[in-house]
Amino acid sequence: MTHIQRVLDPTLAYRFACRVGMCGSCAMTVNGVARWTCRTHVDKVVKNDRMEIAPLRNLPVIRDLVTDMREFFDKWAKAKGQFSGRLTKNEDFQKVKPDSLERVAVDAGIECIGCAVCYSSCDVVSWNPDYLGPAALNRAWTLVKDERDSKKIERLRAVAGDAGCHSCHTHMSCTEHCPKQISPTAGIAGLKREVSLALFRKAL
Amino acid sequence: MNVKTQTILWIAQRASAAVLALCVTVHLATMVYAIRGGLSAAEILSRTKGNAGWLAFYTVFVLAVTVHAPIGLRSVVTEWFGWRGAARDVFLLGLAMLLAVMGMRAVLGVFL
Ligand code: SF4
Ligand code: SF4
Ligand code: FES
Repeated sequence: MTHIQRVLDPTLAYRFACRVGMCGSCAMTVNGVARWTCRTHVDKVVKNDRMEIAPLRNLPVIRDLVTDMREFFDKWAKAKGQFSGRLTKNEDFQKVKPDSLERVAVDAGIECIGCAVCYSSCDVVSWNPDYLGPAALNRAWTLVKDERDSKKIERLRAVAGDAGCHSCHTHMSCTEHCPKQISPTAGIAGLKREVSLALFRKAL
Repeated sequence: MNVKTQTILWIAQRASAAVLALCVTVHLATMVYAIRGGLSAAEILSRTKGNAGWLAFYTVFVLAVTVHAPIGLRSVVTEWFGWRGAARDVFLLGLAMLLAVMGMRAVLGVFL
């Protein structure tokens, strides 16, 4: 990409920052598949000596390969993706056992870099523009399982129903393509369980 | 429709799917048995008429279909045709009632 921009076409717009797979800003569609481009070797993805690079699917294009990520991150906020602790700074740190079931579940989903590869790979997002999508739901799941968080029920309300976890078809495109090997599908299944439990306990 | 109702619909669809899995198996096994054994229509009717067991079984079957099919169709019309809102849900409620009436007519037809 940098070569194309520096040598062939200086007007080309694309986005990257860290180049080491941490910032999540370089995702694009390469030969039809959403990928983090900074960590994608051309020889692994080139087909018959051809490679087509396109912007991410399911997001509005600003220019060339740059998509508008606002909707994607607004949905994190809608899924109540903000941590909300119980303790004040005057209290001691809350201790979380690293090997507790809750913490193991959080660890499995916490390394998300917000690249939107999953969001761009999900057909339900294309079919239902209100759908919060795999990344926002995965984020909500890591907070639902966080013992320090105080907004569990509000969050479950935010992720239930037609726009939330219940619309997921468990196709697993998100899981297959996530560069961080996260399984949003598993988190979404967990949310379905937690929402049902909350409903049976009359807490929803 | 609020998210609580949407969640209840989702659970109802999963639960009815479990009931249907059982019903369809029993239904298919019975059909194969009836055909293989060479039972005539009259013989089949003589066994179903007045049989409370079959009445109960097929009533459960019809009710499970009534719950399951419209909820599934709700996703299909939303995702494929972009049909949302109250009109869609009223239409599907009507469909559910139609399925229940037609199904129960058939069930009672072989019972009475
Ligand atoms: S598993 Fe769910 S969230 Fe992931 S791609 Fe499929 S429908 Fe989308
Ligand atoms: S879950 Fe994976 S694919 Fe989705 S935004 Fe996070 S890192 Fe990217
Ligand atoms: S440039 Fe930061 S993840 Fe690719």
